[in-house]
Amino acid sequence: MSQQFEINQYRINDEPYYQEQANEVSLYEAAYAARLPVMLKGPTGCGKSRFVEHMAWRLGKPLITVACNEDMTASDLVGRYLLDANGTRWLDGPLTLAARHGAICYLDEIVEARQDTTVVIHPLTDHRRTLPLDKKGELVAAHSDFQLVISYNPGYQSLMKDLKQSTKQRFAAMEFDYPSAVLESAIVCKETGIDAGTASRLVKIGEVARNLKGHGLDEGISTRLLVYAATLINGGIAPRDACRMALVRPITDDKDIRDTLDHAIDAVFV
Amino acid sequence: MQDTRRRLVCNFSRVQSVFDDCLAHAQMKLSDAGVDAYVDGAQVICKMGRGEEPVLVFLEEMPLVAAQVGEEIIAEVVEFTRKLARTPNSKAIPPFLQSLAAAARHLESHQLFREYLQLVWQTMERTSPKVHGIDSMYTSECLPDFLKSAPFLLGQLSLGGLKNWVDYGIKGYPNDPERQRDYFLLQSADSRAVLQRERHGTLLTDHERQLDLYLRGLWSNEAVFLPYSLAFDQLRKPAPYLDDNGIHLPDVYDDFPPSPTCGKISGINRYRALLAHVSAHRRWTSPIMADNFSPFQRISIEVFEDSRVEWLAMQEYPGLREQWQALHPMPQEVEHEKGVSYIRHRLAMLSRALLDPGHGYTHPSILKYIAQFNALMAAGNTDTKAMIDLGIHFISESRLRSDSSAKVYFDDTEIDYRDDNRLMWRFFEDGDEEVYEARPRKAQPEEQGDEAKMPPRLYPEWDYLAKHYNPDWVSLYEHLHPGGDAAYIDQLLAKHSALAKKLKKIIDMLKPQQKVRVRYQEEGSELDLDVAIRSLIDFKSGAQPDSRINMSHKNDGRSIAVSLLLDLSASLGDVPEGCTQSKLELSQEAVSLLAWAVEQMGDPFAIGGFHSDTRHEVRYLHFKGYKEQWGDEVKARLAAMDAGFSTRMGAALRHAGHYLGHQQADKKLLLVLTDGEPADIDSQDPRHLIEDAKIAVRELDQQGIYTYCINLDPKADAYVADIFGKHYAVIDNIQRLPERLPQLFMALTK
Repeated sequence: MSQQFEINQYRINDEPYYQEQANEVSLYEAAYAARLPVMLKGPTGCGKSRFVEHMAWRLGKPLITVACNEDMTASDLVGRYLLDANGTRWLDGPLTLAARHGAICYLDEIVEARQDTTVVIHPLTDHRRTLPLDKKGELVAAHSDFQLVISYNPGYQSLMKDLKQSTKQRFAAMEFDYPSAVLESAIVCKETGIDAGTASRLVKIGEVARNLKGHGLDEGISTRLLVYAATLINGGIAPRDACRMALVRPITDDKDIRDTLDHAIDAVFV
Repeated sequence: MQDTRRRLVCNFSRVQSVFDDCLAHAQMKLSDAGVDAYVDGAQVICKMGRGEEPVLVFLEEMPLVAAQVGEEIIAEVVEFTRKLARTPNSKAIPPFLQSLAAAARHLESHQLFREYLQLVWQTMERTSPKVHGIDSMYTSECLPDFLKSAPFLLGQLSLGGLKNWVDYGIKGYPNDPERQRDYFLLQSADSRAVLQRERHGTLLTDHERQLDLYLRGLWSNEAVFLPYSLAFDQLRKPAPYLDDNGIHLPDVYDDFPPSPTCGKISGINRYRALLAHVSAHRRWTSPIMADNFSPFQRISIEVFEDSRVEWLAMQEYPGLREQWQALHPMPQEVEHEKGVSYIRHRLAMLSRALLDPGHGYTHPSILKYIAQFNALMAAGNTDTKAMIDLGIHFISESRLRSDSSAKVYFDDTEIDYRDDNRLMWRFFEDGDEEVYEARPRKAQPEEQGDEAKMPPRLYPEWDYLAKHYNPDWVSLYEHLHPGGDAAYIDQLLAKHSALAKKLKKIIDMLKPQQKVRVRYQEEGSELDLDVAIRSLIDFKSGAQPDSRINMSHKNDGRSIAVSLLLDLSASLGDVPEGCTQSKLELSQEAVSLLAWAVEQMGDPFAIGGFHSDTRHEVRYLHFKGYKEQWGDEVKARLAAMDAGFSTRMGAALRHAGHYLGHQQADKKLLLVLTDGEPADIDSQDPRHLIEDAKIAVRELDQQGIYTYCINLDPKADAYVADIFGKHYAVIDNIQRLPERLPQLFMALTK
């Protein structure tokens, strides 16, 4: 039933670039040393996923990422029986795989998953460190390298989408935000190889949009979008067009905000 | 020249005395044929026998007009003047001729100028009083007034806008010549409001949000915008400024004409340039004491300070330079005339040079101080105090004897996107050092009733003849309806208890609405495939299969917000034929039953009533709010319901729609219970308020509000369909209203 599984495909071989903002790397290392589950909070596109990749690489552990969605059921995480010609066959879900083989399991945007689904992680996140597979009648004891990391974005917290207290209180949490202007332009430079002047202008536009958050914008322009814009500029697109395409059009349909951001682009790029 | 001279036979001595000069002027501007037409025209006007004034004005203005729009116009103007002289309105000839130069300047084309002449003629015809349908017997009182305002209006409006403005004035006061005159002299509030509406350019009110976002986004600050009008201050143009109340700025900006370096600057970008400058001051300027400096020193320091904050802003947003340069005047170096002060000019040049590296000026002090300024700024860490030095030295070094002359050279020196720097200076005033005890507060005026507290809400009204909105036409006052005896309503409900029971049955059937899937059911309407397959796998693999493989649907989440609007006009008090109760009582019963029924269904429900006493007072009375419980207080208000005054429906519809629009619901229903057509004592045209109500219904429709009328007027068919389309029911048998109203509601929301 359990065929040979190649966990090494989940290993990260090249260093993913991550610019440390404060002391988050050492904090994470300490949490990992104690195998504490970690929760990453922060707005979209500020580098949460990149941070996890970077830490997995740094610690030399495989990383299994699950993007959560609202149709996800517990068996999507844990595993299920499949029908085949000879009857049925058990297939481990990503969470079970990670627990068995000692990987870091990263559940991205956990609030998107239904609350009954998130409950299955509970036994893995306390002193028990086990995962019961009730369908299969097996109790998987977590590998000593296993760690669970979840991320969520408090920005679009709504009444319907929040983590239960019982889930929240199983994690050590780290808060992320967009990096400071200097750091952020360094990141854009490093990611795309664009010159420092253009990078700092892009960051300036990012700041303008973040000032408008809550006044018609749900989220400011993320670092990820700034990197996209820089990539387009590198590809030979005029900076103003690249910014409109990568920074403004994706985030808003509100004409007033669009005009204001377009004007900011004109004011920053001459 | 002598030949032509002989052809003007005219005995007015003043005409003779100016004729030579006028002729010389005309010969400069016009061709020979033009001059001939000009002199002939003057001759005709002279012979009309309306005194010397028309001739003088004609002689003075006509060459300019003809040069602007073509010489053929001379003959047309003469012909027009002749026609005008044959009407009783010859008094209007001098102002008419006087308005022509301005009209030619603004309209520029022959075609448009002709339309202007037509407009004047129509205005005259339409404002002349008519008796038995025969006109041309009485003078039009407001034609001269209109012609006096015309030059100003043409500066503010396009010809189309001017036509609309005139149209409004003519239709607005058909029987009230005095107020019509006020209108045409631009003295009434309406007249200014319409002017404002027809104005060309970028209105602040339309773009406030964008500017808010601009301030917040680019400068991370906020401000209150306090618009002032540039239209009515002719003597001294107000400049933008910043004070503790907020940013004062013009209410409208036209597009800025294109400059050699840059395309035209749109109105919104002019606002942004102004806000950028003001924001730069707010960020980087610290106030300094003004008392030690002379006025010249102060304006010089201001120039340096303006340039300093702009320099800093441009480090952050380099694109500002282009816009500021386009808006900044470009003074040319000019020969200095004797006895004229060039101080403004020199400072404007300095300011231009500080902003524009490609200035090309050769003035030695200006070049020297630009170098100093740039060195200082490049070194970084400047503040307002550093500019004092530069300012004082510049003014003393470049000082000329003529600087304090009374006559000042003004051309190209006005920088209109800059504020007046009033917050930069601090003045030491007498008494600053004294210590005041906390002043005793003035006794507050006694609390007044609710009525005095709420200012009216102004609503527009649709004028179907003119096909435009009359802005801020109706004043609507809101009140809470006074209360009465709640037990009365309970009695009414008790009386209809049998009906209530019947309604209850329908309600129970109606309550559910949206379908929601319920999964994991032992029994249900459909098989849930996902779960079924899972169970099959469980079964095959020997585990206990889940038997809850069906799903069913449940109904949930009825989301309707309802507003009931009652017409409380005087006719409601009538007792209809064959009835024992008045319409008012029947309405009370019906509304109570409906309110009870809706409460059962749990929909948010509001009840309001309205009546009107001319457009200046439409009263909107609240009986029940959306969140309010159907309790004694509401019943008490309903019990005290009373009838009076008229039915101005449009404003009330808009107001009810305003509240309903803010409700969070998928469906919004506005029920109107009325017993007659919209009418008011200040509206003579019976169609007017009907058309307005129709437009109001259409507006509501655009907001996603479904309007439905329940009409108690047996003759309602004549108008109700015009207003509400197919959304209405006429209740002929009024006695059945209490039964019909809740039924109608339920049928609508099924």
